[in-house]
Amino acid sequence: MSLKPFNSIGIGVAFSPNLKANLFEAARLAIFFDSKLFLIHVGEFSEDKTKALKIILASFKKDDLNYEVIFESGNPVDVILKATEEKKIDLLILGAVQRERFLKYYVGSIARKITRKAKCSILLLIKPSVKRVPCQHIVVNGLKDPKTERTIASAFYVAKQLQAEIITVVEEIKQEEIKIKVDDDISLRRTNIIKERIKLRENSRIKDIIAHIPKGYTENIVIKTQPIFGQQGYSIGHYAQISRADLLIMNAPSKMTFWDRLFPHDIEHILTELPTDVLILQ
Amino acid sequence: MSPKKNNIKSFFKTIPQNIFSGFVVSLIALPLGLGLAMASDAPPISGIIAAVVGGILVAILGGSNVTITGPGNGMVGVLLVAITTLGIESAYAAVICSGVLILLLGFFRMGKLADFFPSSAIQGMLAAIGLIILGKQFHIMLAHKIKREDTLDYLFETPITINDALHYQNEGLIYAAIAGVLGFAIMIFYSKIRNKYLQLIPAPMWIVILSIGFSYYFELVLHQENPIAKQYMISGIPSFQDIAEDLHLPNFTRVGTFPFWSSVFAITLIASIESLLSIKAVDKLDPEKRRSNVNKDLKALGFATVVSGLLGGLNVVTVIARSSVNVNNGASNRSSNFFHAVFLLLFIGLFSTQLTRIPLPALMAILVYTGYKLASPKVIRKILYIGKEQLIIFFVTLLVTLKIGLITGILAGVITTLIIHFVLNKTVSLFAKNVLKPNVLMYREQEGQHNFYVSVKHFCSFLNYYKLKRKLDFVPENQDVIVDFSLCSFVDHTVMENMHSYQELFKKRGGHFDVIGLDMHDADSEHPFALRRLLPVPNIIKNNLTRRQTSMESLAKIYNLNYDSKNSHDVDFLNNFLFFNTKTIDHIYNVLNYKNNAITFFDIEFSEGEFIAKEVIRTTMLHINLNKAIPEFTLDREGFLERVYAFAGFKDILLQNHNDFSKRFYLLGDNEEGIKQFFNDDITHFFESNPYYHVESNGNGLLVFGKVRLASTKEIKMLFDFGKRLNDVINTN
Repeated sequence: MSLKPFNSIGIGVAFSPNLKANLFEAARLAIFFDSKLFLIHVGEFSEDKTKALKIILASFKKDDLNYEVIFESGNPVDVILKATEEKKIDLLILGAVQRERFLKYYVGSIARKITRKAKCSILLLIKPSVKRVPCQHIVVNGLKDPKTERTIASAFYVAKQLQAEIITVVEEIKQEEIKIKVDDDISLRRTNIIKERIKLRENSRIKDIIAHIPKGYTENIVIKTQPIFGQQGYSIGHYAQISRADLLIMNAPSKMTFWDRLFPHDIEHILTELPTDVLILQ
Repeated sequence: MSPKKNNIKSFFKTIPQNIFSGFVVSLIALPLGLGLAMASDAPPISGIIAAVVGGILVAILGGSNVTITGPGNGMVGVLLVAITTLGIESAYAAVICSGVLILLLGFFRMGKLADFFPSSAIQGMLAAIGLIILGKQFHIMLAHKIKREDTLDYLFETPITINDALHYQNEGLIYAAIAGVLGFAIMIFYSKIRNKYLQLIPAPMWIVILSIGFSYYFELVLHQENPIAKQYMISGIPSFQDIAEDLHLPNFTRVGTFPFWSSVFAITLIASIESLLSIKAVDKLDPEKRRSNVNKDLKALGFATVVSGLLGGLNVVTVIARSSVNVNNGASNRSSNFFHAVFLLLFIGLFSTQLTRIPLPALMAILVYTGYKLASPKVIRKILYIGKEQLIIFFVTLLVTLKIGLITGILAGVITTLIIHFVLNKTVSLFAKNVLKPNVLMYREQEGQHNFYVSVKHFCSFLNYYKLKRKLDFVPENQDVIVDFSLCSFVDHTVMENMHSYQELFKKRGGHFDVIGLDMHDADSEHPFALRRLLPVPNIIKNNLTRRQTSMESLAKIYNLNYDSKNSHDVDFLNNFLFFNTKTIDHIYNVLNYKNNAITFFDIEFSEGEFIAKEVIRTTMLHINLNKAIPEFTLDREGFLERVYAFAGFKDILLQNHNDFSKRFYLLGDNEEGIKQFFNDDITHFFESNPYYHVESNGNGLLVFGKVRLASTKEIKMLFDFGKRLNDVINTN
C-alpha cells in the first residue's frame, strides 16, 4: 500500500479578505505532504494578481514550496472541477462559511456542488488561519466499507505528517444491525449482549486494519476506538464536535442521487453543519 | 431451564398476595365501573364488562406487570360525546373500531405516541376531562338531574343546583342529596383518617357498603320503603342470563359518517394516551423494577376493547389509580389483574340485586371527586410555578377542549406550545431546520466508568423528544447516564419533566442519571422543570439554579462546604499551572469551598486559541492549596498525551521500585530528583489504587480534573473524595 495519497493539492483562489489565511493553510499542507500546490483562480490572467500571490507565499520560499497558478474564467464550479482533472489534483481545499452570530459552520453552495461532483479528495476548512493551529486530535470513520481501509491508512499518514497526537477511529453502527427491538427487560438485555458482540467485532476489524498499516505510522500516536450506534454520517460529526477534534476524516460517499440530497445522510449531514475541518477521502 | 422453573415456582408462591390485591382493587373497580359507565350515559353494566374483559385478556396477553385495566376516567368525555351523537349501538361500533386502531398502534410500535404531546397540553386536556366529569355529575350528586348541550353550561349552573338543593321540598330528593354529600365527604376525608381497619376497605366500597346497609336498615328494621327517590337509584343491573340474552349487536350502519370516525379517533387518542401515561407511571411504582412492554400491552388493550365492545362494554384502558392501589396491596404480577376481574364477576353474579340499592348520587360523588382531582387548583398552581407560558398552554387546551372537543383541544395545545417556543426563541428556523435531524448522540465512554454519554444538539422539545427517549431506552436503569445539553440552545418543559422522571427511575433502580450543560441556559422560574434556552450573553445574576446546581448546593450542606453558583473572575491561583499556559481562563463558577480554600472545587470556562480559532471549553476541576512546597510536576495516565503537549521536551520520569506506577502513569517535571523524592511509597500507592485523574502541581498547589467536560453529580462526589484523600496523603508525608 502506498502511503502518499496527496501528490498535488489544489485550492480555489478568490481575492477576498480570507485569501492570506487560505493560502497559508494550503501552503503549509503542501509542505507537510511534500506535494505540489495548484492555485486555481476563476478569472482573467493578470500580472498584478500573480504578483500578489507571490508576495503572500514569499514566506514559504525557504521551505521549497512548489506551486503553480491557473487562470481561467467561467463558472467557478466547472473551472475548478476541470482544473482538478487536468492537473490530476489529489486534494482540493475548500473554505467553509460561518453562520453569523452562532459558532456554526456550513459549506457554501459552490463548495457544496464541487464536493458532490469532485473525483478527488476534499478538505473543508472551517477556520483557516495565518498562524498554524496545531492539529492534535484526528477522528476518522471506521465504517464497514471497502474504502475504509484506505481511509484509515491515509488518516495515519496525515496524522504523522501533521504530528497529531491522537487518532480516534469511530465505528458508526447502524441501529438496524440490532435485529431486536427494545420492549422490556428481556429484549433490553438481549440487545445489550448483541451490542457488546458487535462492538467487539467492530473493534477487532479496526485493529486488523491498523495492524496492516506500516509500523512507522502507527507508533507514537494514541489510537482509540469508539463504537457508536447511530445515524451514519451524523453521529461522527456530532462526536467530532463534542470530542473537540481538529480534523475529521471520512470516506467519500459511493454515489449521490437526487434522493440522497432530499433525505440527507452521511456526508450531507456533515456539509450542513461542519463540526471541524473535514477531509473527505476519495 | 432452571430460571423458568423458578419463575413458575415464584408465580405460585405469590398467588395468594395477588388474589388479595386483586380483591381490594375489585372493591374500587365495582363502584367506579358502574359510575364511569353511567357518567358516559352508557348502561352501568358496560363499565363492569370492560373491567372484566380487560382484566382477563390483558392479564393473559399484556406486556406490563402490575397494571390494572378497565374503564378509564379520561374516557368519560369522549364516550359521552360518542353516545349522545351516535346512540349507544353505534357507539359500541365506535368502541370496536377504536379497539382495532389501538391494536394497530401496538403492531406498528406506536407506544411512543404519548411522547409527542407537550406535557402542559396533556395536563390541560386531563383537567378538561375532569371538569366534564365534575360538571355533569355534580348535579346528579345533589339529586338535580339536568340536560344541557354544552359542557360549560353544566359548570355555570352549579350554583343554581346548590341553591335548589338547599330548598328541596321532596323528601326523596333530600335523602338523595344527603347520600351524595355524604359520599363526597367520605371520598375527601377517607385519606385523612389513618385507621388501619378503616383503610382495609377502599373509600368507594365504603360508600357502597354504607348505602346498601342503609337500604337494608329501612327494609328490615324499620319496615319502610327506602326514602331515597326511585329515579335516583341505580337501575338495571342485569343478571348473567340477561347479559347473554340482551347482547345487542353493535350497529355499524353509521360507519360511513364523519361523526362516527371523529368519535373513533377521539376515543383512540384518549384511550392510548391514558393507557400509555398510566403504564409509564406504574412502571415507576413496580417493586420489582421491571420494564413494561408497551407495544405488547397496547395490542392486548386493543384486543380487549374489541371483545368488550362486542359484549356491550366500554373501552379497556390502563388505569393509574386502581393500578397504584394494586401495587400498594402487594401485587407482583399480572395475575392480580386477572383476579380483580374474577372478583368483579363474582360480585355481579352474587350481589347484582343488592347493587340496585345504591343511590345514584352517592355513586356520582365518587366521580365528582375524581373529576375534582383531575382539575384541582393544585394542578394549576403547580403549572404556574413552572412558568407562566405553561399556564397559557394549559388554559388554551382546557378551554378549547371544553368548548369544541378533545381532539381540537389537544391540537390547540400543541400549536400554542409551538408558537410559544417560536416567540421565546425569536426564531422559527432553529426548529424548522433541525427538527428532522438525528440530533442525539449516545455512546459508551471507553475510559473510566464506562458511562453512557448522551449529547443533544440544536434543540430538544416535545417535537423531537422521542429521539432522545429512543436512545435512553437502550440503557439499563442500573447504569450511569450523563445527558449533556450544552450544545442545545433550547430545552422545553416536556423534556425537563421527562428527564426528571428518568432521574427518579434510575435512582430507584440503582443507576445514576445526570443532566449537565444547562448552567448557561436561562429559565423564567425557579422550578426544575422550567423550559430553558441558551443565552448569547449569560445573565450576570442568575435567578434560578439548575438541578445540578441545587444538588451541588445540597452536597455542600452535607460535606460542610461553602457553595457559590455565581461567576467569579478571581482566578489568579490557577495561572501558575502549566495546563493554562496556552489557555485563557474566563471565569470559574459553581465554586465549592472546603476548609477555608484548602480544597476548592469549581466549574471553569476557559478558551483555547484566539479570535476565529477560539474555542470555549467548560470543565470541572479541583484545586488543593498545600501549605508546603512540593516540586512541580504533571501526572497523567500513560499514553494520554492530549493534555500535556505544553510539556514538549520533557521526559517521562520512571520511579524505581514502582514498575506498575511507571507503566500506568506519565510523570513529567523539571526537578527530577525532587519529584522522585516526593513520590514516596504512600503517594505512589495512593495513585495506583485510585481512579485516573490528571494531576498537576505548581509548587504549592495541586490541580485535579478528569474529563474535559462538566462533571456529573456522581463524578463531583468522586473527584471531591479523591482530592480530600490526596490532600491527607500529601500532608501526612
